[in-house]
Amino acid sequence: MSTTAYYIPHKATWPIIGTGGLMLTLAGFANFLNGSSIGSTMMVMGFMTFIVMLAGWFSLQATESESGMYSTQVGISYRMGMMWFIFSEIMFFAVFFGTLWYTRNLSVPWLGGLGDGPGRSSHLLWENFTAQWPTNGPGEIGGEFEPMGAWGLPLLNTLILLTSGVTCTWAHHGLLAQKRDQLIKGLIATVALGFMFVAFQAIEYHEAYTEMGLTLGSGIYGSTFFMLTGFHGFHVCVGAIILSVVLFRSWRGHFKPENHFAFEAAAWYWHFVDVVWLGLFVFVYLL
Amino acid sequence: MSAVVTEHDDHHEHDHDHGPSKGLLRWLITTNHKDIGTLYLLFALAMFFVGGAMALVIRAELFEPGLQFVQPQFFNSMTTMHALVMVFGAVMPAFVGLANWMIPMMIGAPDMALPRMNNMSFWLLVAGVLMLASTLFMEGGAPASGWTLYPPLVLQTGAALPFAIFSVHLLGISSIMGAINIIATIFNMRAPAMTLMKMPLFVWTWLITAFLLIAIMPVFAGAVTMLLTDRFFGTSFFDAAGGGDPVLYQHIFWFFGHPEVYVMILPTFGVASTIIPVFARKPLFGYSSMVYATAAIAFLSFIVWAHHMFTVGMPIAGELYFMYATMLIAIPTGVKVFNWTATMWKGSMTFETPMLFSIAFVVLFTMGGFTGLMMSVAPSDFQYHDTYFIVAHFHYTLVPASIFILMAAGYFWLPKWTGHMYDEKIGKLHFWLSAISVNILFFPQHFLGLAGMPRRIPDYAVQFADWNMVSSIGAFIFGFSQLLFLWIVVKTIKGGTGEVVTDEVWEDASKHGLEWTLPSPPPYHTFTTPPEIVPTEHF
Repeated sequence: MSTTAYYIPHKATWPIIGTGGLMLTLAGFANFLNGSSIGSTMMVMGFMTFIVMLAGWFSLQATESESGMYSTQVGISYRMGMMWFIFSEIMFFAVFFGTLWYTRNLSVPWLGGLGDGPGRSSHLLWENFTAQWPTNGPGEIGGEFEPMGAWGLPLLNTLILLTSGVTCTWAHHGLLAQKRDQLIKGLIATVALGFMFVAFQAIEYHEAYTEMGLTLGSGIYGSTFFMLTGFHGFHVCVGAIILSVVLFRSWRGHFKPENHFAFEAAAWYWHFVDVVWLGLFVFVYLL
Repeated sequence: MSAVVTEHDDHHEHDHDHGPSKGLLRWLITTNHKDIGTLYLLFALAMFFVGGAMALVIRAELFEPGLQFVQPQFFNSMTTMHALVMVFGAVMPAFVGLANWMIPMMIGAPDMALPRMNNMSFWLLVAGVLMLASTLFMEGGAPASGWTLYPPLVLQTGAALPFAIFSVHLLGISSIMGAINIIATIFNMRAPAMTLMKMPLFVWTWLITAFLLIAIMPVFAGAVTMLLTDRFFGTSFFDAAGGGDPVLYQHIFWFFGHPEVYVMILPTFGVASTIIPVFARKPLFGYSSMVYATAAIAFLSFIVWAHHMFTVGMPIAGELYFMYATMLIAIPTGVKVFNWTATMWKGSMTFETPMLFSIAFVVLFTMGGFTGLMMSVAPSDFQYHDTYFIVAHFHYTLVPASIFILMAAGYFWLPKWTGHMYDEKIGKLHFWLSAISVNILFFPQHFLGLAGMPRRIPDYAVQFADWNMVSSIGAFIFGFSQLLFLWIVVKTIKGGTGEVVTDEVWEDASKHGLEWTLPSPPPYHTFTTPPEIVPTEHF
């Protein structure tokens, strides 16, 4: 453990501002969903407050870090914080992967009569339904649709994300070897690949909605497809924004080989997003 | 064993910029673990009375058969909100408050590891509870589906639904932040001599609870997010017509919900394991087995969730698996009850208020545990499911267990926190009123449940009238007795009995934990340099 005193910040104003912003955003969203006219205004105001909080809080952290206020021990706290945050994210995705697994392997077959005796519930309720995947259920909710294939854009996106993982690590090596040029180039490539992924996914969604009849409302297939890929896409956006901030800070000359928690955290997050995508590619697209 | 600690001298610090801010602002922007702990505890106490008032609405309505005071819809809102407020607004925050106050002092740390985030987790909790409370005043009323928020029923909620869902999100973020902070504090901020197996049991139980929280809160968030999209964005997660399944929600909910009930009981175990040795004047019996038992209970909590769903419909293999797995929990729990009893065995016991509450906890929690064992038997559960028997069961594990231990913790640590002694006579009166009335309140509910009275109904068949009346009388005695606690807390903060409080507070308490080596009340910052020697459990 470090012998220097642990840095305890005092009188923090950003947390309460962030809380206000987040609460306003969600209250606004709820009002919006209820059809109230003030909802969207509240939401925008709350979200802007939240963004200001993020910018303010993170610049404060960056300034403090660069001025050497954080001992090794403080750094360990931050690393633990990030690790367990990522673990909570894994559990969040686990819910949707679990949902996909449960519906494909249990509830859809049950709807099709698996384990039912003749004349039992499923036959009475959904006489002509045979279990298969993909499906939009016995009520054919959302109408006819075409399932998303794996070998076009999704495969390309897999390659893009895997490459971005490599460029991210390459940038890290640059940081450790004090090759600032390599660090910045690596980060630019990573951020660019990240946004490219998002752009391709937007194209994929556009095709799904306009040409394939596949929407969020296409029964359980559409629900799980868009929920999983949508939340993942959102995380890619967040990860790319985090990496952009790290890129900006690298360009400003921040980070040392022995003190670059922000870079590490961003890289961990990016690899996490990467691994989730591999799971998606296999379980949502391939199988 | 030694408890000699070089007390840190506050005057060496830059007192001028390290003290609290003035006025109300102090509480809004504080990063101090003691301030935040106080905020959590006071907020929890306030919510305890809000949730309690809702419980009294329920018991008033059930005093006699027939509709007396409220409409069925509002009655159902009350059962739902009572549960949500008590779980997320009272019990969990109270334990987080204790964690904030005590963990740094118990492990010799200057503060929590991530003080700014600590502030945010408290205020997010307030935001979440405010949002939840706001649903009471909305068109269509507060959620009335029960705290489990099962679809399709919950999807019929009026304007309140998105607010309730987002309040769950806020509470989830708050809990995850709090849990991360606790883990980082325990792993990274211990005094050098404070090895893991020397940590007080309260710290151990919170460490394990924090893991549970990080694992389950995102799961609940995911479940309610699917409710939101099912209602507003046309998804079919819980709709069989689209290929989904409402039972899926129950699986996800209870994957969260079962560990969640342990989030409320494990810190309870921790506090009990802290208090009992002090008043038995013996070290805790079987320290390491307590640690392993806590870990075992936490692990098992993840693999037993469907025992909440025995009557929903499951393949027989599932029924059997969840039945046997659930029974296993009785083993580590039994280890704990045995250890508490063995700690008291041949101890030179005294019965101050915290000890009285702790002993009542051991006895009454065991009773709640036994009824849990009864319901783990799937075929029997078919009879008890959704009756007042389950209501009696979980209230025994929450009220005379978690709530009693929170009261015990209050009496135990208030002198340390405030530097003032509470009034022992009133404390004992509070205890005896609570201990007797809680049994009048909940014990008859076992009979009601076994006789078949369903839960969550505002009216009932006349055959249930007698015991309901008894239960309601107990409820009102219990509810109003708690005002004594409020009075004691306020009076103790304002100066208490005027008795001089030593650093140890309780005889030889400094053998049991670092917090008793600090002054009463402790200075705003403690252990800015870590203590060199720590007490061990084996003195």
